[in-house]
Amino acid sequence: MKQRREFLIETLIRLAGFSAIFFVALIFLFLLREGAPAFWETSLGNLFGQRWYPNEDLFGTLPLILGSLLVTAGAVVMALPLGLATAVFIRELAPNWLREILKPLIEVLAGIPSVVLGFLGMVAIAPLVRETLNVPTGLTAFTGSLMLAYMALPTMISVAEDAIDAVPKDYRDGALALGATHWQTIWRVVLPAGRSGVIIAVMLGIGRAIGETMAVMMVTGNAARIPREWYALFLPVRTMTATIAAEMGEVAQGSTHYHVLFAVGILLFVVTFLINAIASLVVIRGGPRRGGRLMG
Amino acid sequence: MSRQASEKIAFAILTILAVVVVVPIVLVVVYIVVQGIGAVNWEFLTAFPRNGMKEGGILPAIIGTVVLTFGTAIVSIPIAVGAAIYLAEYARDTWLTRSIRLAIINLAGIPSVVYGLFGLGLFVLFMGLGTSIVAGSLTLGLMTLPVVISTAEEALLAVPQRIRVVSRSLGATRWQTVRQVVLPNALPGILTGVILGLERAAGETAPILFTVAAFYLPQLPRSPLDQTMALPYHLYVISTQVPGMPLEVQYGTALVLLVMVLSMNLVATIIRSRFRRRRQW
Amino acid sequence: MVAKFSIRHLTFRYSDGVALRDVTLEIPANEITVVFGPSHAGKSTLLRSLNRLNDLIENEATEMSGLVLLDGKDIYRPGVDVTELRRRVGMVFALPIPLPLTIRENVVYGLRMRGERRQARLNELVERSLRQAALWDEVEDRLDEPAMRLSGGQQQRLCLARTLALEPDVILLDNPTSGLDPLSTAKVEASLQELKADYTIVLVPHSVQQAARVADLAAFLLGGDLVEVGPSEQIFTRPQEPRTEDYITGRFG
Repeated sequence: MKQRREFLIETLIRLAGFSAIFFVALIFLFLLREGAPAFWETSLGNLFGQRWYPNEDLFGTLPLILGSLLVTAGAVVMALPLGLATAVFIRELAPNWLREILKPLIEVLAGIPSVVLGFLGMVAIAPLVRETLNVPTGLTAFTGSLMLAYMALPTMISVAEDAIDAVPKDYRDGALALGATHWQTIWRVVLPAGRSGVIIAVMLGIGRAIGETMAVMMVTGNAARIPREWYALFLPVRTMTATIAAEMGEVAQGSTHYHVLFAVGILLFVVTFLINAIASLVVIRGGPRRGGRLMG
Repeated sequence: MSRQASEKIAFAILTILAVVVVVPIVLVVVYIVVQGIGAVNWEFLTAFPRNGMKEGGILPAIIGTVVLTFGTAIVSIPIAVGAAIYLAEYARDTWLTRSIRLAIINLAGIPSVVYGLFGLGLFVLFMGLGTSIVAGSLTLGLMTLPVVISTAEEALLAVPQRIRVVSRSLGATRWQTVRQVVLPNALPGILTGVILGLERAAGETAPILFTVAAFYLPQLPRSPLDQTMALPYHLYVISTQVPGMPLEVQYGTALVLLVMVLSMNLVATIIRSRFRRRRQW
Repeated sequence: MVAKFSIRHLTFRYSDGVALRDVTLEIPANEITVVFGPSHAGKSTLLRSLNRLNDLIENEATEMSGLVLLDGKDIYRPGVDVTELRRRVGMVFALPIPLPLTIRENVVYGLRMRGERRQARLNELVERSLRQAALWDEVEDRLDEPAMRLSGGQQQRLCLARTLALEPDVILLDNPTSGLDPLSTAKVEASLQELKADYTIVLVPHSVQQAARVADLAAFLLGGDLVEVGPSEQIFTRPQEPRTEDYITGRFG
């Protein structure tokens, strides 16, 4: 009967809708299940210690956490001005024909697989870094930040563009009518009005950078050391993501090492969860709004 | 300094920064093409690797990536499109709906390696599927869900509300309206989103590291429970773990992966612009 | 007079105020009843109460009290088949809204959703409805072209044909000629005069003049209140209420 079939289909659709919540919960619970044992199989002091040397049962995650933070911070510092400038350039300065070239190019950047960028970073950029900066190896946190910055750019540019678009035309027109130059309008009116967009862009950039695996793994040298020195940016470092990727293949299932890697996974999950949750609150989202009472 | 002068300087700086962003993109693509094209020939694309990967071709890796992409599509498309339809056509603005949206945002933000970890723990080990195409497809499919849901929902919402009202006023039910009018008109947009999601899945390494990828298999996989080679993983291994691997072969592999992924991008873009031109409202 | 619709003490509230306040009105069968008044008087809300299209409002809370009887039966009672109701009580909207389909597919849409599959029957209804809407001559040789290619006036007549194909009892028209040129408007008005022999018609007019031209029964709605209702000749020449007179003579708009 048609009505019963339709009811079945609509039930499936509802289930599909709820599935997102189900999957997030499932992932979190599973990570918890496999990672929680790390907290009683080894002391907290060990887990938050300064030495990551699994072969000797040293599971200090501090070098990894700091490594991730360092690389991420470097990436965001580089990407923010670049991304903002590009967004302003595209939206405010570029003639239409140029815009039609730039936008696909940025989409190309977004599409390049991270392993390809990691590969290129490893064989081409790292030697360049080594020679230009005269350091022992080009596989450094800096190189990682560089690759990450470019990988985070498409997202940041897109968010910044949206923020610029969202500034009401009246604001600009008002400024221009008062005799402001184009640049003054941008600098004093558009950018401050788009402030929240910039914050979101930063947060999303951080989220993207912290979560990146392959590019950093191939390019940061994978030395689990605490970045103490002021020039630590130019020394090898190891991120949480690279650690999981590099070591998971070699651990025995159920071993402490295995559990600790899952625990690191929990940390990554929670951090990106928080970043995204906060970013989504900054944007007032009730979902895309359907216009009008009925005829929108 | 006059206002005109500071404007000129500011714009110059902006332009330089934009160039710094855009020019390397072109350089990267060109460089990979130039360095790798030498290795890419018919044999490279259609033969199995020989002599410890240093000779022969990368056919199994290419096929593996294609198979995994299909698997990802099978897993993610039904659930994602269903969820998008729910959000666009059925859901009211309640806390439940907002939680669903939050969940989707979070799924989108989970690092790919964490998906790999989850896939290992649940599909490979707990469910006993072993490192297999099924496990890999499930993992990649899960990872692809948020992207496809978002673009599909956008495509559905782009259909004006008044069309739905007209359909209902002619005695159609909600599902009939979706099925007969909304969905067909949103299909190009949905397709674009699907292709972009699959493009990302095809290029990912971390989720397949522990769930399906193998470095060398003497033959193509014969069942969904087999392992398979895959291009991203292949590139990773030959560039980091095989001593003496000719650089040209590495670049060639990168080139093939890049071409595969970017051509998907191109197809999606073409669909999107054709759709925009032919849109009936 | 046989009452097709019997509206009793209908009150309808949106989240930002009352749209209809205690409206009681009998809509006779096979006549053209016109509901006129200034904007935001509640006319569209009233129309949409007759085919329960107000049920579709999702973005805000609405409240309704009172009775709407169709052929003596409450259309809001539990268990009513709303899709069937909407086939019996068809609606044409202010802006022409063709579905993004061909002309033929537009006309048969409602029929197909009901389950009609017989090609011969569909073809027959396509021709008959398009003739009734005075559109057949202009489109008979391009039925399989996209409906969007028609002019505004043609699209609106297509929307009328689409509703007629379902062979409804009642046709509701909410300002159907608002976007149309005078010629198309005249065609639509002429069609209505022919159609009322077989259908009950409720119309929200574009102007007082259109109301006077077309109505058999006229109801004046102001701010949600039904101020006055009566035969057309009486309302437009000798209105009893001062507010009606003021509106008709253009003292307010």
